[in-house]
Amino acid sequence: MADVDIIEAAKVAELGRWARFRESDFYWKFRRSPVAMVSFAVTMVLVLSAFFAPLIAPHNPFDPASLNLMNGFSAPGVPNAFTGDEFFLGTDDQGRDVFSTILYGMRISLFVGIAAVSFALILGVTLGLIAGYVGGWTEAIIMRVADVQLTFPSILVAMLIFGVAKGVTPVEYRDQMAIWVLIVAIGLSDWVQFARVVRGATLVERNKEYVQAARLIGRTPPAIMMRHILPNVLSPVLVIATISLALAIIAEATLSFLGVGAPPTQPSLGTLIRIGQGFLFSGEWWILLFPAATLLSLALAVNLLGDWLRDALNPRLK
Amino acid sequence: MLAYIIRRVAQSILVLLVVGLVAFSMFRFVGDPIDNMLGQERTQADIDRLRIELGLDQPFVVQYYKFLGGAVQGNFGVSYRQGRPVSLIIKERAPATLELAAVSGFLAISIGIALGVFTAIRRDGWTSNVIMSVSLIGVSLPTFLIGILLIYLFSVELDWLPSFGRGEVVDLGWWTTGFLTASGLKALILPSITLGLYQMTLIMRLVRSEMLEVLRQDYIRFARARGLKERSVNFRHALKNTLVPVITVTGLQLGAIIAFAIITETVFQWPGVGLLFINAIQFVDIPVMAAYLMLISVMFVGINLIVDLLYFWVDPRLRADRAGGH
Repeated sequence: MADVDIIEAAKVAELGRWARFRESDFYWKFRRSPVAMVSFAVTMVLVLSAFFAPLIAPHNPFDPASLNLMNGFSAPGVPNAFTGDEFFLGTDDQGRDVFSTILYGMRISLFVGIAAVSFALILGVTLGLIAGYVGGWTEAIIMRVADVQLTFPSILVAMLIFGVAKGVTPVEYRDQMAIWVLIVAIGLSDWVQFARVVRGATLVERNKEYVQAARLIGRTPPAIMMRHILPNVLSPVLVIATISLALAIIAEATLSFLGVGAPPTQPSLGTLIRIGQGFLFSGEWWILLFPAATLLSLALAVNLLGDWLRDALNPRLK
Repeated sequence: MLAYIIRRVAQSILVLLVVGLVAFSMFRFVGDPIDNMLGQERTQADIDRLRIELGLDQPFVVQYYKFLGGAVQGNFGVSYRQGRPVSLIIKERAPATLELAAVSGFLAISIGIALGVFTAIRRDGWTSNVIMSVSLIGVSLPTFLIGILLIYLFSVELDWLPSFGRGEVVDLGWWTTGFLTASGLKALILPSITLGLYQMTLIMRLVRSEMLEVLRQDYIRFARARGLKERSVNFRHALKNTLVPVITVTGLQLGAIIAFAIITETVFQWPGVGLLFINAIQFVDIPVMAAYLMLISVMFVGINLIVDLLYFWVDPRLRADRAGGH
């Protein structure tokens, strides 16, 4: 039995990185789950089309020269009555192609979401590692702050941070800064999750032999935290990051929809929905519905992927 | 147990003091209150007079103390935007939000628990499966989209229900209510469903999973063996024992309902405190923001405290543990 394991291990070691990945449990589980494959495919299509928006989009919605006001309110797939131009998903009041605004909007939504989660991740993981490894007063203070913040819904925390930051920035910079303020606000409202999980895992790892060995050979605490403990606590962090991304995308859309997020000059999916809501009563449903559907598929796909990841990486479910 | 309660209350007060400090710092350091309250045509004498009037010449600690004193008495200063006392504005707006939250909370708890019990008892029936699948959509749809879709369906397409506002309200002097008129009640339907849907699905899923857990236990089997009626087993034996986690989540969600009312109120232009808060953020009306922050934190901290204390009442084992162990 042991011999077979060694032979297997040697065989796997000979393979390249990609081949090794294909031999892994993780990949096997992925191929066995239709939900995971579909949500991964949807996520990839949406992310790639957002990334390559300038190449895919038929129009640049931010270039006034490419717009024709006469094209306003074209229904999807129907040639415009004045110009005869046809738009796959219709146009809004200013004649902007809805398909193009969605692609560009998704770019902003994804950028804010990913940046906010990265910010929350770095902050939360760092504080969690410190709290778990150092302990004592440092831990007490960090975890108290986390507890207090956890009593408030994160969307409310994000709104408050956004409001305060808006008050601090001079009026003429507010629109330019809005995206960055949004990232900080959502990121700061979301670090607690990471900190709690990493602290919990660090408390367990701290007493293991490899950490004691590292301490014995004189590695400094930061090196032990970053090089030794961190790699061992990463898999729950990955799961939280994926689910947080879905939540951050929705949080961003909600804030933008409420008018305290991305400005109309840089519309995200939420801003587009806010704009589209105004046209619902006059019958131009496509201005609202397509951005809403895109937001929903994006959030749902990322969320399902996160759920699957949680199960796949959970050693107890093996 | 008494020591635990005292420690818990002290903790809550500390949290409120910290939140007060945050609110006060917003007040004091975000923008210049003098700039906000005096127009373009002001003299140095005006500025000095207002500075002394507002107490801005005093040390930070004294100002913080005075701010807390005012906040305890419900005095949060004057709104920059409306020029009226914040406490007055909030008092006008509060009934709208509280009525909306009460109806949503009631819907969420009653329908949530009922559906949770139903799907747990008939766990493989097709109705249960349909309810569970629909609830998954309810959890993943953002609140504002639910609101918009409901408006589109019931106001634009079917034209059954109003899409914004509270309808006609009856003024009782200290309270305005929409419960007494037909249009007020009609106006409540869509917003309260929008606001309560997430909590409803949450409570339903929680009750269901707790019920499934409990129904598997021995004492349920014994209760059945004793020949008790199915209804008595399900409700008196099983449901009662699922209530601890349900109370926790429901309690914490009540606070969330008030916070999420911000979104629903914006979608439906509901004239409540949440809409006031969003407008305050848009116009950087710091006194209103600070007051809202203080109010909502008193509520959250209070709810947390009550939920923690309720444990003792619901679960006798905790009482024994605490008294004996600590």
